[in-house]
Amino acid sequence: MTALLNMDVLLDELEQGLRSQLREREIEAPVLIGIRTGGVWIADLLHKRLGLAEPLGELDISFYRDDFSRIGLNPKVKPSHLPFETEGRHIILVDDVIMSGRTIRAAMNEIFDYGRPASIILATLIDLGSRELPIQPDVVAQSLSLTATQRVKLQGPDPLRVEMRETQS
Amino acid sequence: MTAHNPSSQSLQLTGDGQLKHFLTLDGLSKTLLTDILDTADSFIEVGERTIKKVPLLRGKTVVNLFFESSTRTRSTFELAAKRLSADVLNLDISTSATSKGESLSDTLLNLEAMASDMFVVRHSQSGAPHFIAESVTPGVAIINAGDGRHAHPTQAMLDMLTIRQHKGRFDGLKVAIVGDILHSRVARSQIRALNALGAAEVRVIAPGTLLPADVESLGCRVEYDMARGMRDLDVVIMLRLQKERMEGALLPSEREFYRLYGLSQDKLALAKPDCIVMHPGPINRGVEIESAVADGPQSVILNQVTNGIAVRMAVMSMAMSGQVAERGRGQQGGDAA
Repeated sequence: MTALLNMDVLLDELEQGLRSQLREREIEAPVLIGIRTGGVWIADLLHKRLGLAEPLGELDISFYRDDFSRIGLNPKVKPSHLPFETEGRHIILVDDVIMSGRTIRAAMNEIFDYGRPASIILATLIDLGSRELPIQPDVVAQSLSLTATQRVKLQGPDPLRVEMRETQS
Repeated sequence: MTAHNPSSQSLQLTGDGQLKHFLTLDGLSKTLLTDILDTADSFIEVGERTIKKVPLLRGKTVVNLFFESSTRTRSTFELAAKRLSADVLNLDISTSATSKGESLSDTLLNLEAMASDMFVVRHSQSGAPHFIAESVTPGVAIINAGDGRHAHPTQAMLDMLTIRQHKGRFDGLKVAIVGDILHSRVARSQIRALNALGAAEVRVIAPGTLLPADVESLGCRVEYDMARGMRDLDVVIMLRLQKERMEGALLPSEREFYRLYGLSQDKLALAKPDCIVMHPGPINRGVEIESAVADGPQSVILNQVTNGIAVRMAVMSMAMSGQVAERGRGQQGGDAA
């Protein structure tokens, strides 16, 4: 199944989807934010493809997760780094995989603590469905539906590839 | 209450080595101390945002239990808890219940009945936070904010964070701690931390009357002569001279102490040119440190205060996380993809 996912094709898909979103919404100078770690890898490539002037933002949502009282703190948390003002800006938020939608909720909460953006466009490489929150990406490169024992993970950054695995349930 | 054995490692760590209380630096690994510093780095970034708050401890209640008064430590703990979105209760016990005859155990039972999740404890007796950690309800984290002459682990860790920020490493560093080592819980914790993190050399510079017996066993070299002790230093940490100790005839006079052990610009010039100057505060200008040095370009004293908030946020969230892990053991963790 891994062979079906060609990274260049997926990135083309994301780039075209984003370009048409930006055109439709008449957005001239968006800023790009990737969610660690996989989202940053994808965002970095999109950043080059879109030729954005401002540097890439990186978000570590560990402090915003909604499951602290169940699983505690991520011991490998790193500082978020948004090297631009977010107030009033059009933001493209990028993650590798969307499933429950909880990571995106956490990321949006964090972004708002830096200031009130004008808008957020969500782009994800892969959509696995199984949403638990009313959050939908604006641009998706590939939708997949997995069986209960299948897992998908982005490996990278170089080479970047999507890995599918069977796990014991 | 007696001083408890501070080496009770199992008390502050979970089965898999996570922090669940923060009582002492004794026995904590370099890895764990580095994790605390790394987590604190992330909280420094939070402190620079428009909204300096994260939702980690939302809904948790943190009680600052200060049996001994403090301004800086208490207020930075309070700010740390608030930036983690916890509810904070400040209790100055020295002027409250215990003076009405209530025992420590009864005070704690009452606070636990208010569904507290964390006690930040400062006490004049060594071992008080250990005692509380041993008897507290499971799930409640205890943070030591200074106990007697024993330990002040969050102060030592904020000092380590400050050193790492300015020097980028611990390997090869020569660090001196100067002044009243005898009465200083800060010095004891600093010596532990510096050794665990791999500093090349830790010196204590003090008169014999202000050194504890067998101080070398903590992992430091003693120097009585400050001029010699300042040589090749990367970091000099001044301690507050507790003026009340003068009456104990441990020192001839403030002026004499300053002449011998005060950090003047002349003495600082004997260290490396990029030696940083630290002080846990509150500083006695002209007693242990010259104003021009305290306010000078090599001073990082105010950085220490800022770092104190980040380190306390790190320790509080890590201890709470350890309590969560201990409670949730056997349950399945969730995935938030």
